[in-house]
Parts: sequence; structure tokens; C-alpha cells
Amino acid sequence: MYPTDRRYSKEHEWIAVEGEAARLGITDFAQQELGDIVFVELPEVGRKVVAGDTLGTVESVKAVSEIYAPVGGVVVERNDALAERPELINSDPHGAGWYCKLRLEQPAEIDGLLDAAAYARIIA
Amino acid sequence: MARSRSSAVRGVRLTPTDHLRRTPLHELHVEAGAKLVAFAGWQMPVQYSGVIDEHDAVRRRAGLFDVSHMGQLLVRGPGARDFLQRVTCNDLARLGPGRAQYNALTTPAGTFVDDLLVYVLGEREYLLVINAANAAKDLAWLAQHARGVEGEIEDVSSAWALLSLQGPQAAPTLEPLVSRAVLELRYYRFARAAVSGTACIVSRTGYTGEDGFEIYAPPAEAPRLWREILAAGAPLGVVPAGLGARDTLRLEARMALYGSDIDETTTVLEADLGWIVKLDKGEFVGREVLARQARDGVSRKLVGFELLGRGIARHGHPVLVEGKTVGRVTSGTHSPTLRKSIGLAYLPVEHADAGREFAVEIRGRSEPARVVPTPFYRRPR
Repeated sequence: MYPTDRRYSKEHEWIAVEGEAARLGITDFAQQELGDIVFVELPEVGRKVVAGDTLGTVESVKAVSEIYAPVGGVVVERNDALAERPELINSDPHGAGWYCKLRLEQPAEIDGLLDAAAYARIIA
Repeated sequence: MARSRSSAVRGVRLTPTDHLRRTPLHELHVEAGAKLVAFAGWQMPVQYSGVIDEHDAVRRRAGLFDVSHMGQLLVRGPGARDFLQRVTCNDLARLGPGRAQYNALTTPAGTFVDDLLVYVLGEREYLLVINAANAAKDLAWLAQHARGVEGEIEDVSSAWALLSLQGPQAAPTLEPLVSRAVLELRYYRFARAAVSGTACIVSRTGYTGEDGFEIYAPPAEAPRLWREILAAGAPLGVVPAGLGARDTLRLEARMALYGSDIDETTTVLEADLGWIVKLDKGEFVGREVLARQARDGVSRKLVGFELLGRGIARHGHPVLVEGKTVGRVTSGTHSPTLRKSIGLAYLPVEHADAGREFAVEIRGRSEPARVVPTPFYRRPR
């Protein structure tokens, strides 16, 4: 059910390596928990983060949730489509609803995250 | 992403709920896969298909809400009317049986013990419909003020389930289930009437800004009525709707929420609800303060605003005028119908005119806002 081409954090983010960078977003479980997303705060391109830093926020009708960097790196791209269409995160959380891309500080850091099977277990 | 409190996925919560009360419709919500939350000591559906989906459904078609958690108090006896006149700010004098009225129980400071609906069942019999969170408080307040009054106050909350059908398709939905007389009820009127053969009280009231009916039904019949109303409404696109949509709908219609916009620290006039204050009706608790505020003006006022930039204002966010904090947002949300961020806040009266700009502090950033007239949304007539 959860794509196997990527890794997952306990904070319900997914991260998929694409060459030197990695694209990340929140999982289907997370978007269901949040409900209708109405506003997204994206990080500035160029911002440097370490694992655990707050990248930005995703806001549903009822509440705000922080998005944490699952690994360290530099923000190289952000999904500006979310400014006009935050609901993409609900409709396509693993695809068009991606949040941002990081150039990874240490590519090996990804290996410390959960694989699809392990993530599916923690949300079961 | 911040960790959510529950680990379940489809509407069945694993968080402890033994202490929470359940409405007669609980099983139906579970069956429908509703997301359930704790609210005022009850386990309530916050959404079924999604807050925005349900909000839009109510505005365009109709939605059915379970609000059985609300409290109902019966006040009756020879002294009932005079008593209620003394403890509320609106005037019951010219209301006959079959009328409902939005009113407030007021403190000596002219502030809110609760806002409520008063249903005139008879010259000596009144049904008060009160907020779930205030049920015990209101009963105690009334009892305290009823000493020496000829009559009685009875908590009949458990005798009623409450289904609220709201939206332009509400009347067509009910048509196969009720008599013509019910469909012809005027706004804020009610009748004892059958709904699908079951004796109920049906009122032309609601909390969404749309046309609608609130159906007080015997708890044992409520599940059947819920199913039948949804079945009758299915071809019209009627859906169940939860507390999430209820909140966005009522805010667009500028309806106050106790505990957020109004409470024991805000007067009825500060809340801009002067239309329910009838100073000439006679003595009532809080009249003196309200009369003074009516004469001299209030120092702060609850106003509607919209954010000019990005972000969403929420309850508690500081409100700044010329860089100084002057209050807090009382209610705020992203408005699904208007597609902008709206909210209510108390502003110093000199800054409360429509068009005035100020700022809301959202997570450390100052976001520009502007006072706008309310309601934010008015249904097309």
C-alpha cells in the first residue's frame, strides 16, 4: 500500500531519493489524520536544515501541523503549486502533493528511516 | 509532521473513551466511518467525508448534523415566564406558543452565562436549548435564581435526540416525511409534529446561515429517523455533516460560539448582539450594566475581519493595532465558501469600523487584517 521506492519517518513524512536530491512530503495516513488542508507554509529555497528541524507547516481546517526535515540538507526546490492548491496534499499525498526537495547533506542518513513495511506497521 | 494523538485510521479511535457520553446516533457514525472526537464530555463526529466537502454540501444541498449532545431544560409553572424574563436579556412578552427565540442568560455584569434558544411551549411552559458544555452550569444558575418562584425546572436532555437538517434542499428532503404544515413553518417557529410517523418537535432554526429544520426526537427513534432522512435526501445529494463543518458554517454566518466568542467576561453589547437586549422589558440580571453600556457606548466590540495576506487566524492569536497587542482572535478559520481567512476578534471600539486595518500575530509573524462587515456570508434568497 505504501510505495516501496521511498523511506518514511515516524513523523509521517516520506522521502524519495532522486539522484543527488530527495523529494519529500507527508504520507497518506498523515493527510487523512489532518483532514482538508487549506494552507501550506513552505521553506525558502537555499535554507539549510538538520534532521528534526521544522521545514514549515501544513494547516488543515482544524489545526496546524509542523513538517520536520527527516534528514539534513539544503532546500533546493519547493512545491509552489501548494500555494494555490493546498488540497493536492489530500488528493495526491505521495505524488503531486510533494512538499519540497532537499540536497542531502549525508545520503546515508536516509537508511536510518523506516521502509514501507515498517511504516505500515507503525500506523496499523 | 507533528505526531497526532491517535494511531487509528478509519474513524475508530483507540484513545480511551469510556468516560465520554455517546448520543443515540453513535453507532451510525461509527458505521459511516466518521472521525470521532471528544467534545464537552461527549464523543461526537467531527467529520465524515471531510470538513470542506460537508461545508459545501450544506451550502449547496443539505447536511444532517447530530447535535444530541446539547442540553434541554423545561421551565414551567405559573411563575415561569416572569422568572425567565428576569434571568434573560431578550423579551419573551409578546411570544406565543410555537415561537422560538435566541436569547442569553446574563450575569450581573451583563456578560454571558450562556446563549440559548427559548421555545415557548405554552404560557407556562418553556423549553430552553443550551450548550452542551454549560448544561450543569445553566441548571445550577437557574436553580439559584429560582428561589421563591412558583414552578419547576427539569433537565430533560436525555429525553431528546436532536437532528439538524440544514441547507437549501432541507425542505425538499423532509417533504416525504412530514406534513405540509411543517414545511410551511416560518423561521424561528416550531411545531409538535410527526416526522416519519414519530412525534417530534420540529423548528425552523439552525446554526449555519442556511434554511433548515431542527428535529427533537425520542432517542429510541433517532437512528431510524437519521437513516430515513439521509435516504430521502440521497437523490438530492444530502450527506451527514460533523462538528468541523458546523464550525466553519456558523462562523461564515457570524454566529457566536460560547467559550470562543462569548463567555462570562464579555457583555452582550460588546459581542455586538444588542438586538437580543431589550432594556425596556423590565428588570433582569445585568440590566444596569447593559443600560450603561447602551448609553455610554462599549469600549471594545466583537468584529469580523479577514486576513489580507496568507495564513489562517485562530482562537488565541494576538491582535495588534499600531504594533500594540489589544486583544485576541476569538474564532478564526479558512472560509470554504469565501475562500479566504476570516475571523472574529474584540477590538477597541475606536478601531472597530469596517475597513480599519490591523494585524494578527500568527506564529511570530505579523499578518495584515481588515475589519469587514458581517455576516461574512448571507444565503441567497
